[in-house]
Amino acid sequence: MDTIGVLMTCPMYSYLEQELDARFNLFKLWQHSSKVDFLKTNQHKIKAIVGNTKIGADAELIDALPELEIVATFSVGLDKIDLRKCKEKGIRVTNTPDVLTDDVADLAIGLILGVLRNICACDGYVRSGKWKDADFELTTKFSGKSVGILGLGRIGAAIAKRAEAFGCSISYHSRSQKPNSNYKYFSNVIDLAKNCQILVVACALTEETQHIINQEVIDALGPKGVLINIGRGAHVDERELVSALLEGRLGGAGLDVYENEPEAPEQLLGLGNVVLLPHVGSDTIETSNAMADLVIANLEAHFDNKPLLTPVI
Amino acid sequence: MENKDHNQNHQSEDLPQVLLLKPTPVMAVLGEHQFSSNKYQFLKAWESPLPLYQFLTKYANSIQAILCSGAAPVTDDLLQLLPSVRLVVAASAGTNHIDLMACCRRGISVTNAGNVFSDDGADAAVGLLFDILRKISAADRYVRQGLWVKKGDYALGSKLGGKRIGIVGLGGIGLQVAKRLEAFGCIISYNSRKKKTFVSYPFYSNICELAADSDALIICCALTDQTRHMINKEVLSALGKEGFIVNIGRGAIIDEKELVRCLVEGEIAGAGLDVFEKEPDIPKQLLELENVVLSPHKAVFTPESFLALSELVVGNLEAFFSNLPLLSPVMDE
Repeated sequence: MDTIGVLMTCPMYSYLEQELDARFNLFKLWQHSSKVDFLKTNQHKIKAIVGNTKIGADAELIDALPELEIVATFSVGLDKIDLRKCKEKGIRVTNTPDVLTDDVADLAIGLILGVLRNICACDGYVRSGKWKDADFELTTKFSGKSVGILGLGRIGAAIAKRAEAFGCSISYHSRSQKPNSNYKYFSNVIDLAKNCQILVVACALTEETQHIINQEVIDALGPKGVLINIGRGAHVDERELVSALLEGRLGGAGLDVYENEPEAPEQLLGLGNVVLLPHVGSDTIETSNAMADLVIANLEAHFDNKPLLTPVI
Repeated sequence: MENKDHNQNHQSEDLPQVLLLKPTPVMAVLGEHQFSSNKYQFLKAWESPLPLYQFLTKYANSIQAILCSGAAPVTDDLLQLLPSVRLVVAASAGTNHIDLMACCRRGISVTNAGNVFSDDGADAAVGLLFDILRKISAADRYVRQGLWVKKGDYALGSKLGGKRIGIVGLGGIGLQVAKRLEAFGCIISYNSRKKKTFVSYPFYSNICELAADSDALIICCALTDQTRHMINKEVLSALGKEGFIVNIGRGAIIDEKELVRCLVEGEIAGAGLDVFEKEPDIPKQLLELENVVLSPHKAVFTPESFLALSELVVGNLEAFFSNLPLLSPVMDE
């Protein structure tokens, strides 16, 4: 298979890079100053794209590669792939579901604990020597609080299971009600936000869910409410979120994603009631390895004419 | 509960007296009214102009109970001065500041926080464990310092699911830690004074063996003569270079000097610490490390826990003075 050209869109994981290099004819898009020239020269060699949440496969890239057969994304999110174009052209698409569900769900709970129990702020407090002068103030209990989950897919359900172990009551909003679920369903986000203390964004980013967390929803969540985003930055009207936090209209936020990564809103950098993470949802060694193995397995299956393991299209 | 002004100047003859040497942290935060009752009144040593010894001698015969906390330990010497004391109420889960053997000898009952702190304590332990595994505080600092923009992606962390967790002390808090971590797919084992018949987690009587078989140790036990420096060089060595430790018990359960050395030299992978041997002084080397998360002894400092504790303290005192069973007696095991 080492004559098959695979295009990696950006640096994502060295183990993945090494494995792709060992098996295929690997092209690294970021190493070429003129992408246009590079693509023109090599367009007939490239049959696969490996992208991620930063750079996927948009219409322009797909059109530039006439021999493209498959897009294997190193993520579960598909928002950086032009799915319509792939479908039109009969290009297969795979992602990395399930293997990262645990890590991302864990992170949602970790963010909740970080925000409510001020773990990061406390760590800073001790490091700065302030503990010698005064005790840190009380933090807020997590156990038993009501958790609202936006999107009860694999990740949303895993978050619910974990929150239940903390004695939390669970409610959710999803595109459709889940028949086998015991959790309380709300038919719209605002009602969900009104009825929970902690709102977790765990749905896919689509045209419908852009800015689904807007001023109305944030106001419904309220000054004691906490927003946790482990979905995509674009789920949240970030400008509105920032002003709500600064004005105390929202109690706190735990964010792993932002509208303009790697930039987190500057006004948040000094706040004590937020936790800001650099998009690390699935960033453990174990999960990154599992995701890489899945990408490789999908590519090998495709080029061996075997069924794809985790096809989207 | 009535709001009552407890003033040293008019002590009602018929209300029994509860000695307070110093205000407890919970009382300082919630206010004394949260602890008041028509069944007893507080005798506040710090409000008296008398030196302590004289104060205690003056009121010795009328003090039947003591409400104490870490800053005001109950020693045998103190009990010697107060022959009418029959109850010591601890405003904490820990009772290491109370001479339990002296209380036992003198037929004095002791109550503690029971299970009111279990949820919050467990949440804090899980939060600290998660933080060191997934580098949450460190990554948060990374973003705030503008390094995500300047230097790119942060380092990978370690997955929580599938980790083997050794819980040291499977009491109220330890059990709640286990329940939570199971939902994350962790594998639970424990060490305790005695095997618990009602759980199916593997029991290790030897803490070194538990450490050797664990990816992370979570210290949830009480500080006693047996557990002082129980986590020593041998245990830390058994835990190993890939191992983590979380302590929400008492600082002195761990040989702190040895712990710091292991962290600095990379002999264990990281630590999440809420308690230290000499609070609020903590070893300077810890402040520089990226693989530790530090918390200023507030694992249970939430309004909910504090309110629940105040209700339990009042409940125990009222039960005592009504000759009813105590709500959270410390059992001698």
